[in-house]
Amino acid sequence: MSDIVLSAQGLVKRFGGITATSNVTLDLQRGARHALIGPNGAGKTTLINLLTGVLDPTEGRITLEGRDITRMAPHRRVRMGLVRTFQINQLFPSMTPLQTLAFVTSQQRGVGARFWQALGRDRGVTERCEQLLEQFRLSEVMDQRTEHLAYGKRRLLEIAIALACEPRVLLLDEPVAGVPAGEREEILQTVAALPADVSVLLIEHDMDLVFSFANRMTVLVNGAVLTEGTPEEIAADHRVREVYLGTGESHRPAEVAHA
Amino acid sequence: MLTILFDGIAYGMLLFILALGLAVTMGLMNFINLAHGAFAMAGGYVTVLLMQRADVPFLVCLPIAFIVPALLGAVLERTLYRPLYNKPHLDQVLFSIGLTFMAVAAVDYFVGSTQQIIQLPEWLRGRTELAAGDWRLGMGHYRLFIIAVCAALTVALQYVLSHTRFGSRLRAAVDDQRVAAGLGINVNVVFLATFAFGSGLAGLGGALGAEVLGLDPTFPLKFMIYFLIVVAVGGTSSITGPLLAALLLGIADVAGKYYIPKLGAFIVYTLMIAILIWRPQGLFSRGAKA
Amino acid sequence: MSGERAQAALLRAARWKPWEPVLWLLAFASPLLLSQYSAIVNEIAIVALFAVSLDLVLGYTGIVSLGHAAFFGFGAYSAALFAKHVMPDPLAGLAVGIVAATVLGAVASLTVQRGSDLTRLMVTLGVALILLELANKLDWLTGGADGLQGVIMGPVLGRFEFDLMGRTAAWYSLSVLLLCFLLVRRFARSPFGVSLEAIRDNRLRAMAVGIPVGSRVAIAYTVAAALAGAAGALLAQTTGFASLDVFEFHRSADVLLILVVGGTGWLYGGVLGAIVFKLMQDFLSAITPQYWTFWLGLFLVVLVLVGRDRLLKPWTWFRRGRAA
Repeated sequence: MSDIVLSAQGLVKRFGGITATSNVTLDLQRGARHALIGPNGAGKTTLINLLTGVLDPTEGRITLEGRDITRMAPHRRVRMGLVRTFQINQLFPSMTPLQTLAFVTSQQRGVGARFWQALGRDRGVTERCEQLLEQFRLSEVMDQRTEHLAYGKRRLLEIAIALACEPRVLLLDEPVAGVPAGEREEILQTVAALPADVSVLLIEHDMDLVFSFANRMTVLVNGAVLTEGTPEEIAADHRVREVYLGTGESHRPAEVAHA
Repeated sequence: MLTILFDGIAYGMLLFILALGLAVTMGLMNFINLAHGAFAMAGGYVTVLLMQRADVPFLVCLPIAFIVPALLGAVLERTLYRPLYNKPHLDQVLFSIGLTFMAVAAVDYFVGSTQQIIQLPEWLRGRTELAAGDWRLGMGHYRLFIIAVCAALTVALQYVLSHTRFGSRLRAAVDDQRVAAGLGINVNVVFLATFAFGSGLAGLGGALGAEVLGLDPTFPLKFMIYFLIVVAVGGTSSITGPLLAALLLGIADVAGKYYIPKLGAFIVYTLMIAILIWRPQGLFSRGAKA
Repeated sequence: MSGERAQAALLRAARWKPWEPVLWLLAFASPLLLSQYSAIVNEIAIVALFAVSLDLVLGYTGIVSLGHAAFFGFGAYSAALFAKHVMPDPLAGLAVGIVAATVLGAVASLTVQRGSDLTRLMVTLGVALILLELANKLDWLTGGADGLQGVIMGPVLGRFEFDLMGRTAAWYSLSVLLLCFLLVRRFARSPFGVSLEAIRDNRLRAMAVGIPVGSRVAIAYTVAAALAGAAGALLAQTTGFASLDVFEFHRSADVLLILVVGGTGWLYGGVLGAIVFKLMQDFLSAITPQYWTFWLGLFLVVLVLVGRDRLLKPWTWFRRGRAA
């Protein structure tokens, strides 16, 4: 019986009169490949923001590895291994991929607060940087300022940064969003190659990706959980089909995915 | 004590009218305009010069003190300010400080650096005393006039904002520029009109305030912090926020300077810092508009 | 994949460029070669240190501060008072000025961790104004509007007397500047320093990779305050008095301009900006003593309209269609 590594219980988020998140309960199991789907505006990114501490919940609890992190500062959650990527690239425009990964890795290895030694002296850091740059095909552009990189490379860097944090729980927010078809493969391969003990929550619209990746799915609609289950159960659920496609359609996502 | 309250309210209302244009500019264009005080100064000097050199009566000067800075604001908005709306705040700060320096030096050069005295008309001088003893309320007629004018303006503005089409367009543009433009609202015109109007209000405030606050070339720099306090503490998402902040500021400043003259403005600054640490978005702000 | 390539690339950025030692040598030679200009060399060194300290706040951490003079002035008055009432040793006074400014900076750093650009502008301005008020009102201590006069300094390190030509003063200031500069340079190239740049570029993402943004910003701010305090102490010590204008808005605005002209985020911006600004100020003040602020204002307006990054590239000034 696998244990639960990240758990949200009864999460509610209200902005003035709007309820963005309505009594959401979600359990992420260790080593999970869990997908979070739902129409636009369903509150998926808001949920990620709540889990990572960018937003404070109006009600509810979040636990990570059994610890209550509901009021924990975002950077502390990262130290505990809870890492996310952003749907819209959040990068450091004036820094190069090398510098970016170097300082993130330094932070991760506990030497991030060193103020007397130049960045790059630590061998452990530079080795890991080269590894990541290789893995994400960023070696050739490692000295270019991020603001000058092509979109595909930037998306790769977005994910590389998250991996540089050595996540134990990884929240991926639409990793292939806006990436041209030819460059998706690199990202998809990296996602598929994640270590088995890393628990992954994936937000995605691309149903092919979702069905080939996930062993569990949660459907979010209007800020509330509509249903949860295995991909087969979700595909067969007529309510899900209604939400996405309206009534009267006969598409069966399961067939499309495994074609 | 009541007199202090009264004076504080007069001061506060004046600050409100002076700072309102800044609040709207900040909320609408997300532009930090530290030169706002220069428009106020312009209104003040226009009034003084008209009264001294052309014998224009005080009341007639007031609308002119509104119009001249408004026109100036309209011209500057179209030519200089508009290209800078999307620039980083640092650039806006540098630019508006530069404008202020130019205005201050220009006024110093053309008019001189002495304090300007306004000769108020007879019916505005004088004082009315009510009650007696500890609860004595001394109402200077001029301050009464200020309160009346500012209150009337506030009511009128609130009406325009909530009951006219321009008002709703303005509110839409403040809430979300892109969406407003997508709805067919001519954002450029809204900006121009608002900036001009805000500058005009500042000019009117400068004219009204010349007697109370003093008028010399250093006016924009001296009072800049007060305007900024009103905006930062009051927030930019309503009219009532800055109004309450201005009143609070006015009363705190007058009371502070009266009861503890040694510390003077120190109290106001400390209060401001404390408030901003506690509520970085301002006391009355609705949303997180960082 | 031993990390050598990455290490070489990273360390390359931290290396000394060939022109740097030349610049410093010239700086130190100037009181010797141009001894009648020692006073202005001294001023430039002090302003450069002040500007470099602001670079830490603005260029590296991204905080727009309109009140950096608070720390400058606090260091100046502390050093002046120390020399007057305790002992006239310059280095001890310098240490006192630095410590005082550090404490003030640590307290003030609580105010700049949260809030929008406008909020931070306000609180930095507010702190400087409070100090100006205090210095004005506590005139029994500070001399009020007349300033603190009669600050007579002893010899530096017990040996180098402050001479009338100002050469000792210039070398003293230059030495302190160089020392501080080296320390800041090291600091800026470290993982800590780079994380500050990350905070400036994208605060949200910096938080999301585990950087404790609040405390880093506070530390950077405090260090910057210490350096500004050093500059202020130098001013009081080398000119022999401290007056209210060390706290004035003009100081904060001028140093902001200096840094912007020289360029933020590369430390030498403060040094180069100081040289340009001081020389320009001397030149223009001789022509129009009263209205120098007008030209300064005009310069600022033009600078922003043309685009800060295009200032040093005159060929781009009239090209249209460029994203500024």
